[in-house]
Amino acid sequence: MMESVEHPERWREHRGGDPFGHWHRGPFWLRSRGNGPLRRDQDDRLAGGVAAGAAAWKGVNVTVVRIVFVLITVVSGGVGGAVYVAAWLLIPAAGQDTSIASQARNDPRGIRLAIGVASLLALILLAIGALGDAWFTSWAWPQVISAAGLVLIWRNASADEQASLRQLIEPLESVAGSSRPGRRTALRLGIAAALLLGGAGWLFSARFSVALLRPLGGVVLVIAGIVILLGPWWLRIARDLVLERAARIRAEERTDIAARVHDSVLQTLALIQRRADDPQKVVQLARMQERELRSWLFEGRDPNQPDENMTFASGIRQIQQDVESRYGVPVEAVMVGDCELDDSLNALVAAAREATVNAAKWSGASVISLFAEVEPGEVSIVVRDRGQGFDPETVPEDRKGLAESVHGRMTRRGGTATVTSAPGEGTKVSLKMPRSATQPRSSAASRS
Amino acid sequence: MSAAAPRVVLVDDHGLFRSGVRAELGKQVEVVGEADDVQPAIELIGSLQPDVVLLDVHLPGGGGQDVVQAVKASHPEVRFLALSASDAPEDVIAVIRAGARGYVTKTISTAELADAIRRVAAGDAVFSHRLAGFVLDAFAAAGGPGGSADAVKPSFDPELDQLTAREREVLRLIAQGYTYKEIARELYISVKTVESHVSSVLRKLQLSTRHQLTRWAAERRLA
Repeated sequence: MMESVEHPERWREHRGGDPFGHWHRGPFWLRSRGNGPLRRDQDDRLAGGVAAGAAAWKGVNVTVVRIVFVLITVVSGGVGGAVYVAAWLLIPAAGQDTSIASQARNDPRGIRLAIGVASLLALILLAIGALGDAWFTSWAWPQVISAAGLVLIWRNASADEQASLRQLIEPLESVAGSSRPGRRTALRLGIAAALLLGGAGWLFSARFSVALLRPLGGVVLVIAGIVILLGPWWLRIARDLVLERAARIRAEERTDIAARVHDSVLQTLALIQRRADDPQKVVQLARMQERELRSWLFEGRDPNQPDENMTFASGIRQIQQDVESRYGVPVEAVMVGDCELDDSLNALVAAAREATVNAAKWSGASVISLFAEVEPGEVSIVVRDRGQGFDPETVPEDRKGLAESVHGRMTRRGGTATVTSAPGEGTKVSLKMPRSATQPRSSAASRS
Repeated sequence: MSAAAPRVVLVDDHGLFRSGVRAELGKQVEVVGEADDVQPAIELIGSLQPDVVLLDVHLPGGGGQDVVQAVKASHPEVRFLALSASDAPEDVIAVIRAGARGYVTKTISTAELADAIRRVAAGDAVFSHRLAGFVLDAFAAAGGPGGSADAVKPSFDPELDQLTAREREVLRLIAQGYTYKEIARELYISVKTVESHVSSVLRKLQLSTRHQLTRWAAERRLA
């Protein structure tokens, strides 16, 4: 749950696609800046996902699309609602090839039902129109089409979408009081009815003389009534949407884990089986996989992605990784604490890298230990092997060069390097670098 | 140290791993039983009363620390050696704080594992290089000696809340891969002294009520 809240943008990235990607050909208003054809977005929907789909398709913010849509609906006198339902019917959902309309063609009973509902509504509207309320009927006529469309959607949409449609229709059920009519529901319905009636009465009453206040007060009352009537249901929809989204993100996370296990662990296991006759290679592969998995599980880092803000500890891990994969010698890295890298610590890490590579190349040891500790006053690294060692007095020229470059890197920045070695006793390189006055960063903080 | 081979119970949810360890350790210790989860392990250990339990840090029905806590209550003489492939530091520290006397990784060689079991059976602590690193990290996180000492809140027993310079030195050498014998030579002390330092660190780790240890674990978990 926590992770899912932490990285919503991560999921968005591989779904929504690059908003500045390639431009498709076509008239400018149809050019898509997103990926693929126009599809209803099931992940971000409020009703049918038409607005979200259009937003993703054009690479615009979904809220903007919704506001524009509502404005058009208001200006056009309700036609927008019918257009929305039509779009819901005609545009296939994301990940599907056929629209609901094409499925509805094979549903004669649904079509008959839709026509029936539409004609019934039309009759009622004709009757109301005859009574002379032109404003109401002009708004209601497009909704005849909406109602017919919703019937078709209801009967032919996927189970998932039917559930969301049920949520849209639910308030009517709750008004009818079908579920459990508690005392609070009754109270709520009573207040709502009183407000609605009062508001409507106010709107239509001619007695009130203050011309401007009259419709305003009525509208306020009607709106308050609607809010009280439908408020709890709106809240539930919002909560359900959040829950549903969280569940979907979890599912995607699982897919992601499965994909990673397949890409890395299973591949490595297959490789290990093929290389079973080469113990060193097997060890190397197993180590590499362990390191990768560990850093992914416990540090939340993707090993295939370069670390953007390198810290001291990640620099040490890098050494471990490079030496193990290049020389096939396991490196046991132990890190205590962590801090930001600066120039002198970069020099320290570089010196440690040289010492480790040196040990991997020359010592013949089966394992190299790399110990790094960040203390308030200084940072120290010890590179140690139990290999053949050497006599510091009689170092061959090529190795002396390396020792000196380790030494040089350290002393130039005010640090120290000590090399202890004896033939047959292994080698130990101790590096110490004083720190500037900055506070240490605990290893916990570096893992965010 | 007991002369007879220590009696060992293996607790690990990987059957393959258990049979591998049993085959490899067969001659050096006496494996008397195996369990694959928390509840069966607690029952088995209660009835067999082995010298040492080789305990996986992660089990399907909970953490290894659940086994340690349950058994410690009824059979305090049973000793635990935690073992795992790769774990988050806070989980390892949790098992140690519950009462395990050591922690080794599954990549350990058979000879070293047998040696570690004998040490634990004899009442010593076994710190792998990784555990040593975790412990240093845990005690250093909120300022050890010489650090930002003002950040350390006073607790009931300050003795328990900090490592001595010598203990830190020993832990550092363990973290660098030194054996106890090598540490003794490096620091000009006896192996017995090294062992007592490590046991003392273990005691501090288990008894400390230090806020920082808890906070360290909490921070790592949240991060």
